[in-house]
Amino acid sequence: MSPRFEARFKACAAEGRAALVTFITAGDPDRETSLALLKALPAAGADIIELGVPFTDPMADGPAIQAAGLRALKAGQTLAKTIEMVREFRKDDATTPLVLMGYYNPVYIYGVDRFLKDAKEAGVDGLVVVDLPPEEDGELCLPALKAGLAFIRLATPTTDDKRLPAVLANTAGFVYYVSIAGITGAATPDADRVKQAVARIKRHTTLPVAVGFGVKTPTQAAEIAGGADGVVVGSALIDALRATLGEGDTATPATVPAVTSLVSALAQAVRGARRAAAE
Amino acid sequence: MNVPNSFRTGPDENGHFGIFGGRFVAETLMPLILDLQTAYEDAKADPAYKAEMEAGLKHYVGRPSPLYFAERFTEHLGGAKIYFKREELNHTGSHKVNNVLGQILLARRMGKPRIIAETGAGQHGVATATLCARYGLKCVVYMGAVDVARQAPNVFRMKMLGAEVVPVKSGSSTLKDAMNEALRDWVTNVHDTFYCIGTVAGPHPYPAMVRDFQSIIGHETREQMLEAEGRLPDSLIACIGGGSNAMGLFHPFLDDPSVKIWGVEAAGHGIPSGQHAASLTGGRPGVLHGNRTYLLMDDDGQIAEAHSISAGLDYPGIGPEHSWLHDTGRATYISATDQEALNAFQLVSKLEGIIPALEPAHALAKVIELAPTLPKDHLMVVNLSGRGDKDIPQVAEILGTKI
Repeated sequence: MSPRFEARFKACAAEGRAALVTFITAGDPDRETSLALLKALPAAGADIIELGVPFTDPMADGPAIQAAGLRALKAGQTLAKTIEMVREFRKDDATTPLVLMGYYNPVYIYGVDRFLKDAKEAGVDGLVVVDLPPEEDGELCLPALKAGLAFIRLATPTTDDKRLPAVLANTAGFVYYVSIAGITGAATPDADRVKQAVARIKRHTTLPVAVGFGVKTPTQAAEIAGGADGVVVGSALIDALRATLGEGDTATPATVPAVTSLVSALAQAVRGARRAAAE
Repeated sequence: MNVPNSFRTGPDENGHFGIFGGRFVAETLMPLILDLQTAYEDAKADPAYKAEMEAGLKHYVGRPSPLYFAERFTEHLGGAKIYFKREELNHTGSHKVNNVLGQILLARRMGKPRIIAETGAGQHGVATATLCARYGLKCVVYMGAVDVARQAPNVFRMKMLGAEVVPVKSGSSTLKDAMNEALRDWVTNVHDTFYCIGTVAGPHPYPAMVRDFQSIIGHETREQMLEAEGRLPDSLIACIGGGSNAMGLFHPFLDDPSVKIWGVEAAGHGIPSGQHAASLTGGRPGVLHGNRTYLLMDDDGQIAEAHSISAGLDYPGIGPEHSWLHDTGRATYISATDQEALNAFQLVSKLEGIIPALEPAHALAKVIELAPTLPKDHLMVVNLSGRGDKDIPQVAEILGTKI
């Protein structure tokens, strides 16, 4: 199973810190800018990359990621082009774990077997598919595991101890803890509660636990990083990207640097978190 | 495709009708859906719940709704003998209230004080707002901004009834986007909120549960037709957006092979124009809003925007059980254009003194086509699922009349 996750989490743990997981939407605001941004993320301090697959009806996402998806679709992004972006990314980067995150319908229409083959070959390590709970594992989760791709499950505040084993059963790579009951980029999670939740999940699994949904600032990222193996930031990066766009949502010279500078600040905060706790 | 012994046993324990249905929702919602399923199973087995439903349907909704012989419409078309199942006479003006009563009583049993709903034409929203007023529950209705504009009378009704109406501006600003927004609300307010879905779609158990609540339409029709004619109808016809009024009429007859079943989708400007809402005719199987079903989409799996003159049919999907009935061939799905529906709307108003909603006007449009080709002893039931009062401003505008 995708050795990149294990290596990266181990390396972060050796530095005594959590991993920074960054989310951007593939093709937002256009393919070239998005690819340039994707390639710039590791140097800016992203340890793991989540690449959003645009979908017209992203039910679990807040306004920022909804708008990013629509910008990408308007610019002609497709699942095939997103896989192609990963292939380009892998030409320069053989170590950063990369997760495709999205909804099931584009994958279903692409064809599950064809998708798994193409994604694996392109260098994808794992999948987060929001609308596939364990009850639908036969659809993509089990075929993905068989194809050597991690199926990263979301655990949420409504996932109780009774349900956790089912949620964790076929999970690989890491567990994504959704820190709030809600959509992406909405409420701010409470760091203490998140810490307790992560501890609860860790009683059921040896996999690393990353925490996301609602983490926006370096300060918040540092707080969350103090109690988790990874911290995911998405909507805040999308907001930073959007703020630089010109008329008709076109990229400007400021677009890529705006996102990478926020990633650097987040990375610094995450790197400082455990050190500060240890001192 | 294997033809099953019975068409009435679905779904299986995972909510599947053949390959359709299922539970394609985010993990946050999964425990809620499982709770709902348990609560619904408990309620079904509880005589107190059944008694409460029956009393509500009789004294508040006004059931049974009549099965009415449309004499002048029949004469005008000169073929099949046409009956209207008068769901438009229900309290709130459509069949939607049958389902909402069931779900609101369930929400009360589950101790949920806050109800959310999506609505297209506003009929489901009005029914939900009505029962929330009746039982003192907080009500939030999500409605596409386009629909808010074209269904102004229903928006006002919902507000009068004490509901908060939230115009949804994302995507195409119609029913599918309202459903996305309702799901986003539910995922955020998991502890106190009950999502009252208005049609036979969404994650299991909604398609089966809503069908069960609407099946009273077909059960009554069966009894009433036996009383009126001494035999079962020869055909049933109903319009389909998500398909709840149709499923309610069809389901009790699925195992009567002599009964021909027609579902009518909205063809908008015509199927070849691409601007329509006919998921079975113009779509293919995919996954959206918690279930696998026929959907309108592009080659990348991106959901297409539906079009229909009728806000209630303007949805790019259809209930999963309809998809299954389509694939098994038990029901036949056809479509009517905006113009055909408008014509039927006017014709039935003049011939029968009944102004139908634009939604059942689609079914009536196909009755106009089919009835003359059928013998005079052919008994045809059309589900008059709603009344047209809400459509008066929109139709007046289209016909160039200022009111």
